[in-house]
Amino acid sequence: MLVVRVHPQTLMKINKELVKKVAKISRISITEKEVSRFADDFKAILRDFSKLKKINTDCVKPTFSGFELQNVMRDDRTKKCLSNEQALSNTKNQENGFFKGPKTI
Amino acid sequence: MSYLITNVRAGKGIPLVVKDNICTKGIQTTAGSKILQGFIPTYDATAVKQAKKAGCTIIGKAMMDEFGFGTFSTNCAYGVPKNPHDSLRSCGGSSGGVAGYVADSKKRVLGLGQSTGGSISCPSSFCGVVGLTPTYGVVSRYGLIDYASSMDRIGPITQTVKDAAWLLTKITKDSYPSIDDLDSTYHRTKDRDYTQFCGKSIKGITIGVPKEYMNKASKPVRVEIEKAIVKLEKLGAKVLPISLKYTDVALPAYYILALSEASTNLAKFCGMRYGLQGNIHGKFNDYFSKIRSTGFGEEAKRRILLGTFARMAGFKDEFYIKAAKVRTLVIYDFQQAFKKVDVIVAPTMPIIAPKFSEIVKMRPIDVYNIDTLTVPVSLAGLPHMSIPAGKVGKLPVGLHLISNFLQEGKIIQVGDAFERS
Repeated sequence: MLVVRVHPQTLMKINKELVKKVAKISRISITEKEVSRFADDFKAILRDFSKLKKINTDCVKPTFSGFELQNVMRDDRTKKCLSNEQALSNTKNQENGFFKGPKTI
Repeated sequence: MSYLITNVRAGKGIPLVVKDNICTKGIQTTAGSKILQGFIPTYDATAVKQAKKAGCTIIGKAMMDEFGFGTFSTNCAYGVPKNPHDSLRSCGGSSGGVAGYVADSKKRVLGLGQSTGGSISCPSSFCGVVGLTPTYGVVSRYGLIDYASSMDRIGPITQTVKDAAWLLTKITKDSYPSIDDLDSTYHRTKDRDYTQFCGKSIKGITIGVPKEYMNKASKPVRVEIEKAIVKLEKLGAKVLPISLKYTDVALPAYYILALSEASTNLAKFCGMRYGLQGNIHGKFNDYFSKIRSTGFGEEAKRRILLGTFARMAGFKDEFYIKAAKVRTLVIYDFQQAFKKVDVIVAPTMPIIAPKFSEIVKMRPIDVYNIDTLTVPVSLAGLPHMSIPAGKVGKLPVGLHLISNFLQEGKIIQVGDAFERS
């Protein structure tokens, strides 16, 4: 069973540095003004959400779907899909029938 | 008043207005976000395809909170819809444009909305129309721009319960061989005709009224809901007080899960393949960060950041996993209630449509808390429908009807009987 770690100091940890770190992971550049605003918002939101901790969830399994579904595997075979032309119809960034993106290395 | 992002020249058929996060072939689909500006889908969402096949013709794509992120349709990149009953007030969100249009139209018009945490019910309540959110999975999500995949649902927003039942029948129609449907969570319902539940008596139906929900409603709303319950009793329903004890914690659980899912779903918007694009240069991450910062609005940024945070190492167990466990308890709570009752009735929203001047004063957490009555059913995947039930002044109050999995027929039966009386 998963042990729920409780961080009583979580709220203390919400600071501008953490917001900047999360923004970097999320690939969103935010201004200093946004950093301060989001840090304040996060504190207020997480303070309110901390009521979850009061609920005893020992021996409770997590649910990840709105409706219990049985996994059905389909045959692995070729299907009709978007044509190359359709797939590229919404971009100006293309070259020789491929998407053109920024350098990765 | 304006409710649409894109107007479409109507052809022959039943007019249909579609929320702008549902893909429509050849018609711009933005999800209310600047990051999808100019995106023209090359295919129809399954629900749209089915509605068209049934004789509907798209007349417009409606305003919405960006990606469904909002309760008042005020986080919109393409205009804020105003409540048809009072232009100083909100239509509700996030399917505000659809509900506003349907409510304001003097002619028969149908709407396709979408809900993650109550986005069909809330605007239906504020605008005084019918909003039906079916069981999770019975309408294919293929072609829907995701918010939180484990909760997203497409459903009708209409002027009558019968219209909602008709549209649901059409969009759930099982005409796709399984391998062709691209939504792995699609649940086939074997061509049910939901209109057959209209015109029936509700004698003997047991209705549960959760005290926690009534207590959360503002006084004027509660008074109208109490009158509605008396009316249902007169129609032959048996009314039973019930308790849904996890109501309070459903809200944080919902937001943590929904935002976690949203932060991963929105990772795909990088300004390369569709929507907003820049001139490709510089490094991979710099380009993506720049385009995402320009394209996403403030609430989208806030939700992506919060969702990313809730899944981060060191916080994941405390937030994400804990929320998923509470979700189990919320579902259990409803299942216990449905052992005793057929349908749960409650206020859809705790308040009537607020003024824009009141909304600007709210903090994000205050706005989230307004969703308190619609998020438990959203976590649980249960079918629910908001129907107009009285007014406070000129502003509508919504009555929420909730039933067990795949029991849409029961809420349609009760809703239709209430509407006819």
